[in-house]
Amino acid sequence: MARRSSPEVNAGSMADIAFLLLIFFLVTTTIETDKGISRKLPPWQDEEVEPPTLKMRNVFEVIINSNNELLVEDENLEVSELREAAIKFLDNGGGTGDEACSFCQGPADPELSVNPQKAVIALQNNRGTEYGTYIAVQNELVAAYNFLRNREASRLYNVTFNEMEAAYNDPNYTGDKDALEEKIEAIKDMIPQKLSEAEPKES
Amino acid sequence: MSKFKKKKSGELPAVNTASLPDIVFMLLFFFMVATVMRQNTLMVQNKLPFADQVEKLDKKDLVMYIYAGKPSERYQEQYGSEARIQLNDKFARVEEVQQFIFQERESKREELVPYLTTALKVDEETNMGLVSDIKQELRKAEALKINYTTVPGDPTQNM
Repeated sequence: MARRSSPEVNAGSMADIAFLLLIFFLVTTTIETDKGISRKLPPWQDEEVEPPTLKMRNVFEVIINSNNELLVEDENLEVSELREAAIKFLDNGGGTGDEACSFCQGPADPELSVNPQKAVIALQNNRGTEYGTYIAVQNELVAAYNFLRNREASRLYNVTFNEMEAAYNDPNYTGDKDALEEKIEAIKDMIPQKLSEAEPKES
Repeated sequence: MSKFKKKKSGELPAVNTASLPDIVFMLLFFFMVATVMRQNTLMVQNKLPFADQVEKLDKKDLVMYIYAGKPSERYQEQYGSEARIQLNDKFARVEEVQQFIFQERESKREELVPYLTTALKVDEETNMGLVSDIKQELRKAEALKINYTTVPGDPTQNM
């Protein structure tokens, strides 16, 4: 019985087709994860709430005008100098008694904050300020907080705060996540990010 | 006539390319899986500012994007060069931001709603007036988790 064998399909062009598709996907692919500065907005309040009174020394005032110039504590500063000034303010440790700061390394200047828990950075920008400048300022202020948090985390747990957070967000982390969370919270309590933003001024 | 023909010395045998399609297919599948097609066509200029204290924004399905900036060149005739907000594929007014947030929330599963983040992709030349208007609207809509999307780099380049 002669059974006709079916002719073999020529697969020579398969590679070409695959290449074509490959090139299409290569071109359209954008492997990017967005990165940015995360912030939490304060909840909306309908009625005017009396703002809590803060001592002047515990407030670090940063004003950006419409020409993108910085006024920090009534002084003209460059953005590059802001980080250092903010660290100096937060790390001052000028408190005594209940308000004493056990870990601060600052010179205890009577003009600057008593401890990082009390210290508030108030950011006021103008409606004409450029967004780029605003982000640069935000970045520097977050950097100041991160610097102190990293320092304290290395001192207490021999690991930087950024590493702890990265490990906490890593799904493959094998260690004790609860213990890690506790440590992160402890550092956050020591140096809370108190960054208040006022509504921008007109003009 | 010898049974076993001797190969002519000096001529290299052709490289076997039979596995080439397999390799190419492997690459192809990788890129197919890794590809994320751009959801929105940008209608505004979007040169993001630089920053170096950044956090990653994972889980793309839990992110709502708000774009803002000057309209791109081809739209400038129609819309002028004043900075505007873009939601999905349309220009929008500030008042429409709340509506957009509610719509996005509707489209997500209920248990995921608290994890939604709003990514603000704002051009670095935009004035803060517009950005704070957006922020006010987000506060009213109770979308409090925001992320200023930036490009990793030296922030002093923003000036």
